[in-house]
Amino acid sequence: MTDFSDALQTALHLLVNLDAGLVEIIALSLRVSLTAVAAAALVGLPLGALLAVSRFPTRRFWINLLNTFMGLPPVVVGLMVYLMLSRAGPLGPLGLLYTPVAMIIAQTLLIFPIIAALSCGVVQGLFDEYHEQLRSLGSRTLATARTLLWEGRFGLVTAILAGFGRGNAEVGAVLIVGGNINHSTRVMTTTIALETSKGNLALALALGLILILVSLLVASAAQWLHTATMHRGRA
Amino acid sequence: MKLEIQNLVYRAGGRTLMDDISLVSDSAHCTALLGANGAGKSLLLRLCHGLLEPAAGRIRWDARPPRELGAAITMVFQKPVLLRRSARANVEHALYLQGAPRAARRARAAAALELAGLEDCMERQAAVLSGGQQQRLAIARAWALKPAVILMDEPTSKLDVRSAAQVERTIGELRREGIKIILTSHNLAQVRRLCGEVVFLHEGRLVQQDAMDDFFARPADDIICEFIEAQTF
Repeated sequence: MTDFSDALQTALHLLVNLDAGLVEIIALSLRVSLTAVAAAALVGLPLGALLAVSRFPTRRFWINLLNTFMGLPPVVVGLMVYLMLSRAGPLGPLGLLYTPVAMIIAQTLLIFPIIAALSCGVVQGLFDEYHEQLRSLGSRTLATARTLLWEGRFGLVTAILAGFGRGNAEVGAVLIVGGNINHSTRVMTTTIALETSKGNLALALALGLILILVSLLVASAAQWLHTATMHRGRA
Repeated sequence: MKLEIQNLVYRAGGRTLMDDISLVSDSAHCTALLGANGAGKSLLLRLCHGLLEPAAGRIRWDARPPRELGAAITMVFQKPVLLRRSARANVEHALYLQGAPRAARRARAAAALELAGLEDCMERQAAVLSGGQQQRLAIARAWALKPAVILMDEPTSKLDVRSAAQVERTIGELRREGIKIILTSHNLAQVRRLCGEVVFLHEGRLVQQDAMDDFFARPADDIICEFIEAQTF
């Protein structure tokens, strides 16, 4: 209980004073997670939609694969990215290991199947409702995917939020490929792990609370956007 | 457009749902597909549109298969399927799918909504329109594509009398423009008002195809007599 009240006090103190170290960690966390979400969404949304509206022999296999990869163990992804980016790996010469870019790559690989599989589900539901009408209007596969992505935009925000949640809360992969280097690759989750191992539970809890607050703010912003759009549409 | 159906068979789930249908319809009038529930009316519309492929036989519109005709045939479904956008955007999207340029889309959408009496609802979300307005919007969207044929699956079945009358007026406008209309309906009074030809189906088989007056004056089968009596009383 003392730890918890200490954590609250510490969190408030750090936030109110805009502690430079904390701001740097939060900024890097957001930069890594948001960039990874954007990259994963850029590929995952159209791919999920195309899988939903296309019909080809191995379609079910690919959907099952995406669903399976939604639960990819982060440390395994971290290890794979590490092997690719390490000096002996195929991408070693790029010198990306222990940089924020490596962390973004790892998080993108973790988030991509989540966004793709969830968007596939959302678009599939819409496809069942719309496909005869769209075919009747002369819509082909690509146009149908584009149309249904737009029609499902509110459901897809949830898919993107799920991806952001996964990236923002992730520790194993970014620790392996980022190295938790102070002022370089230290993000909120890896700092929490570090401070806990040092016995600095108050600071760890404070960062945990801030992490939850960031997720809450992002989810609230998405909800506000949804509501505002709906109201504008019904006006 | 002349519709020719030859020995059409459609099967699904191991059952024959459409069995050896042959007909020719080059009537400029509106054609009604009649029959009890499960007779195959909606199925025949989908086959004529090319949304479904027959197991055997063939369908030709002016000697061409349905899938070659693109937007020359459009369909209005029993429950209007509208995008979650404004009425205008729904029509414009259909034109966008046909590759129409932006300026042409706006002008054509405005004309289509005016034809359907929806000029005051252009910017309203399709989802908040009444059932009748939604059905007229679906018809306006179909008309906007300048089709030669519009297939309508029970276009007024879920509407009140006033909304159904508005939809009928819109269908009347389409007929005056020379668009061939094939519709399914259970409302014989409506069929008499709108159509000049009747095709009667029973359990996936064609029972009678005739001009409107002849169909009601000389039903070809007891099943049709029972159907007409049931609708009358």
